[in-house]
Amino acid sequence: MSRPYFYSLVRAAMAVGIAGAAVGATAQPSDPVKIGLMLPGSGTFADLGKGISNGFKLYVSEQGGKLGGRSVEYIALDDESEPSKANENANKLVKRDKVDVLIGTVHSGVAMTIAKVARETNTLLIVPNAGAGEITGAMCAPNIFRSSFSNWQPGYASGLLAAKKHKTAVTISWKYAAGDESVKGFREGFEKGGGKVLKDLSLPFPSTEFQPLLTELATLKPESAYVFVAGAGQVKFVKDYAAAGLKTSIPLYGAFITEGTLAAQGEAASGLMTVLHYADGIKTPKNEQFVAAFNKAYGAAPDVFAVQGYDAAQLYDVGLKAVKGDTKNKAEMIKAMEGAKLESPRGPLSFSKSHNPIQDFYVRVARGNQNVMTDVIVRGLADPSPDCQP
Amino acid sequence: MSSLVKSRSRAALIALFFLMLAGFPLLDQPFYTELVTRVMILSMFAISLDLLVGYTGLISFGHAAWFGLGGYVFALLGTKYHVTNSLWLTLPAAVLVTASTAFMIGLFVLRTRGMFFIMVTLAFAQIFYFLFHDVKALGGSSDGMNLRGKPSAALGPWVPFELSNTETLYYFVMILMAALLLLMTLLLRSPLGCALQGIRENEHRMEAIGFPVFRYKLAAFTIAGGLAGLAGYLFAVLNSAVNPEMLSWHQSADVLLILILGGMGQLWGGLIGAFTFVLLQELLSSFTKLWHLWLGVTIVLVVLLLPGGMISLSERINSLWQGRRT
Amino acid sequence: MDLALVLIQTLNAIQYGLLLFLVASGLTLVFGVMGVINLAHGSFYMMGAYLAFTLSSLTGNLFVTIILGTLLSVVLGAVLEWALYSHLYQRNHLQQVLLTYGLMLIFEEMRSVLVDNAVHSVEVPAWANFSVPLGSVMTYPAYRLFMSVICLAVALGLYVLIQRTKVGARIRAGASNRSMVQILGINIDWLYRLVFALGVGLAAFAGMINAPASSVSPGMGSQVLIVSFVVVIVGGIGSVQGAMLASLLIAFADTFSKVLIPDYAGVAIYVVMAGILLWRPEGLFKS
Repeated sequence: MSRPYFYSLVRAAMAVGIAGAAVGATAQPSDPVKIGLMLPGSGTFADLGKGISNGFKLYVSEQGGKLGGRSVEYIALDDESEPSKANENANKLVKRDKVDVLIGTVHSGVAMTIAKVARETNTLLIVPNAGAGEITGAMCAPNIFRSSFSNWQPGYASGLLAAKKHKTAVTISWKYAAGDESVKGFREGFEKGGGKVLKDLSLPFPSTEFQPLLTELATLKPESAYVFVAGAGQVKFVKDYAAAGLKTSIPLYGAFITEGTLAAQGEAASGLMTVLHYADGIKTPKNEQFVAAFNKAYGAAPDVFAVQGYDAAQLYDVGLKAVKGDTKNKAEMIKAMEGAKLESPRGPLSFSKSHNPIQDFYVRVARGNQNVMTDVIVRGLADPSPDCQP
Repeated sequence: MSSLVKSRSRAALIALFFLMLAGFPLLDQPFYTELVTRVMILSMFAISLDLLVGYTGLISFGHAAWFGLGGYVFALLGTKYHVTNSLWLTLPAAVLVTASTAFMIGLFVLRTRGMFFIMVTLAFAQIFYFLFHDVKALGGSSDGMNLRGKPSAALGPWVPFELSNTETLYYFVMILMAALLLLMTLLLRSPLGCALQGIRENEHRMEAIGFPVFRYKLAAFTIAGGLAGLAGYLFAVLNSAVNPEMLSWHQSADVLLILILGGMGQLWGGLIGAFTFVLLQELLSSFTKLWHLWLGVTIVLVVLLLPGGMISLSERINSLWQGRRT
Repeated sequence: MDLALVLIQTLNAIQYGLLLFLVASGLTLVFGVMGVINLAHGSFYMMGAYLAFTLSSLTGNLFVTIILGTLLSVVLGAVLEWALYSHLYQRNHLQQVLLTYGLMLIFEEMRSVLVDNAVHSVEVPAWANFSVPLGSVMTYPAYRLFMSVICLAVALGLYVLIQRTKVGARIRAGASNRSMVQILGINIDWLYRLVFALGVGLAAFAGMINAPASSVSPGMGSQVLIVSFVVVIVGGIGSVQGAMLASLLIAFADTFSKVLIPDYAGVAIYVVMAGILLWRPEGLFKS
C-alpha cells in the first residue's frame, strides 16, 4: 500500500487508541446522584440554557449542595439545539454516563427526542423549558415530568385576557408545532371569553418576512392580535409591527414575545402586554428571596428560564427525599413527584395527571427592560392534555 | 512478487479490521456499539460519494440530499402514512426512490461542469431540504419526525432477527457495509469503473476515444445516489428519527471533509475518514465547549498541510481544471 | 393582493436586491479575479452586523459606526488575504471549499467568544426613525428607503470604479484572463489584495447598514451566504453587472414567492437558478 495511505491508517489507529483511553478513564464514584444537564451551550438559546442551569444549581446550593441527602454530580452536555444530534447526545448521557435523571431541554424538537430516549430507557426526565404539547400529551409517560409549561397554556391565558377587552382577534405565528399549539390555546381561551378569532395567519419557520402578513392583518381590521414567533424573529416582528403603525391601532398580545429581548426591541416594545407564568416584580416572600439570591450568586436578575430550572431541582428533590436517596425506587419517587406541591418563585406549583405544571398566569406590561407584573389573569391553569393516556 | 506481498498484507489487514469490528459489541458498551454503528453508516455515505468525487472527478456539494431522502422514504412509509414497516419493503424502496431521483436530477445537473456543477448540486440539495422542511405532506417540520420504531424483519410468521436489539443492528449494518465495499471493489475493476476513472483523468480524451461520457457520469451519479440513500435509510433506523438537517449543505460539507480526511479515490478512504471524523468530534467536544473552533482549525490545517497521497490526488484534479493540457 | 401590498413588497424586493448585490459583488469579484470560492464570505456580512452592534454602543452615532466599521473590515480583509487566502490560489476548488468552510466555523466561534450568542439590535438613528404613509393603513419605515438609496449609491460607485477607472480595468482584466495580467507586469499581489479587501468591506458594510432594519443574530451569515452564491452563479462568475441583475431577480423571486406561495417560498430561488442555468449554463453574463 502507499505510504500516505499507511499513515492515514496509523492516524486512525492512534485516534482509536486515544478514544479507548478516554473511555477507560471515566471512572464513576458511586455515591453522588448524577444529574444529566442536556442544555444549549451555544447558538441562539445558549443564554436560556445558562439561565436554566443557574436556576437548578441555585436550588441545590440552597440545600447545602445535596439533593435527597446525597451529594450531586453534574454531567453537562451542549445539545446545540440540534435535533439531528439529539438521539446521540441523549444516549450518551443515559448509556455512557449513566445519569440518574435527565434535565433538558430548551428546543422542542430536541426535547421530543430526549423524551423518546427517556421512554425507551425508562430514565427519569424533567423538561425545564420545551413546551411541545406532545411531551406531556401523546408521548406522556410516568417517568417524564415538565417544570415549565405547555405551549397551550400561555396561549389560553392570553386568550382569556384579550377577550376581556376585545371581541375579535387575528393570530400570527410560525407554522410549526409550537406556533400551532400556542395559537390553538389562544383560540380556546379567547372563545371561552366570548370572542371570535377571525383568521389565523402564518408563515414558514423561520422566515422573518412579516410584511405581507401585517398588511393582511391591517385589512382584516380585528380589535386585537396575538403573535407567536421566537428568537431573532420576535425582535424583528415587534419592530416591524410598530413601524407599520399597528401598535396603536391593533393592540398586540403575546406570551414570550418580549422575554429576554426588550433591550433589542427598544421603544417598539414599550407598553406591550404579555401573559406568562412568571414576571418581574412578583411580590411574594419566596420570589423576593429567590431574586435576591440569584442576583447575589450570578450578578444578574433571574428570568422565567431560571425559575423553571430552579423548580426542576425542587421537584427532583421531592422525589429523592421520599425514597431517601434510593434512585432505584422509581415508582415511589414518581408518586411523590406527582403529588408535589411546590412553593415556586412563580407562585404555587403542582402537577397535572400528565405531569405538566398547574400554575398561575400573570399579565405583564413591558416597561424599560422589564416585564412588570400588573395582574393575575388565571390561577391554577392546567393543560387538559387530552392525548395523554397513561 | 512485490504486488503479491502487498495484496497479502493488505488482505491480512482487512481481515484483522473486520475481526476487530465483529468483536466490538462483545465489549458490552451499548453507547459505543451505537457509536460505531453510526460511524459505519457514515462511511457508507462517504464511500458512495467517493464514487463520484474520487473516481469520476465530479465534486457534488449536494450529496446529503440522497442521504436525507433515503431516511425520509422510511419515515413516510413507516410512520407518516403507515404504508408498511417491513424491512424487506422499505429498504429497497429507499434505495430505488433515491436512485431514480438521482437519475432524474442527474439528467439536468450533469450538463454543467466544474464550479457550476458544484453549485447546481448544492441548489438541488437545497430544494429538497426546503421541501422536507416546509411541506407538511412530506413531514414538513424543522424538528423532523420521530419514527414509530425499527423496521420489522418479519417474513410472514418467521422473524429472523430484531433490529431493535443494539447488537443485531450493529451486525446488520456491518454486513451491509462489507457488501458495499465488495460491490465497490467489483464495480471499480469493471469496465464501468475503469471508464469512470478515465473520465476523472481526462474527460475530453475519453470523449475523443468515443466513450459516451454523459451516460457513464449519469450511471455513477445514479449509483452513488442510491447507495447514499441506503446509508440514509440506515441512519434513520439507527436514530428512530429523521430531520431536514440530514439534507443540509452542512451535511454535504461534512461528508466531503470526511473524504478528504480519509483520502479520496481510495476505497477505504471513506471508512478511515468517517472513523477519524467522528472520533475527532467526540474528543474535541469532550475537552472543550468551543469544539467548533477546533474543528475549523483542524479542517484548515488538514487542507493546508496534508502530506503525501491526498494532495497529489487533488492536485491531479486541480490540473484538470487549470487547463486541459492534453 | 392589493396595490399597497404590491408596492411595499416591491420596495422590500429592491432593498433586499441591493443588499444582496453588495454582498454578492465582493464574492463574484474574488471568484472571478482570483478563482477562489470563499465560503466564509457570509461571515464577513455577520461580522459587519456585529461590528455595528458593538461600535454603535460605543460611538452612539450610526455614521461614525459605519465608516469606522467599514475601514476596520477592509483592513481585516487585506490581512486575511495576505495571511491565508493567498495560499489558496493554486489549490483546487474542493480544497478551497473545505478550507473556507473551516474558516467559517472559526469565525462563528470567535464571534461567540468575542461578543455572544444572543439576538441584538442596532438603533435606527433618530433622524431616520419615522414612517412614510402608504395607502390608508400601512406605513413604510423611512430607514429602509434611506438604506436603498445608500446601497444604490455604493453600487453606482462600484460600477464607476470597475468600468471607468484604471484600477477597474485591471480588475476586469484579471477576471477574464489572470495569467495575461501577470505577464503584462501588473503587480498581481496588490491587485488581489485590493479586490479581496474590497469584497470584505462591501459585505461588512451591507451587514452594518442592514442591522438597524433587521436584527443581529448568530445564523445570519449562513443565510446570506447560500443566497449570494446563487446570485453569483446566476449572474455569471466575475461579472459585476451580472451580480446586479441577478441580485434583483433573486430578490424579487424570493420576496414575492413568500407572499404568493409561502409553503414553497424556500425553493423558489433555487428553481430560478436551475432554470437560468439550463438556459444559460454559464450565467447571465459571461465574464
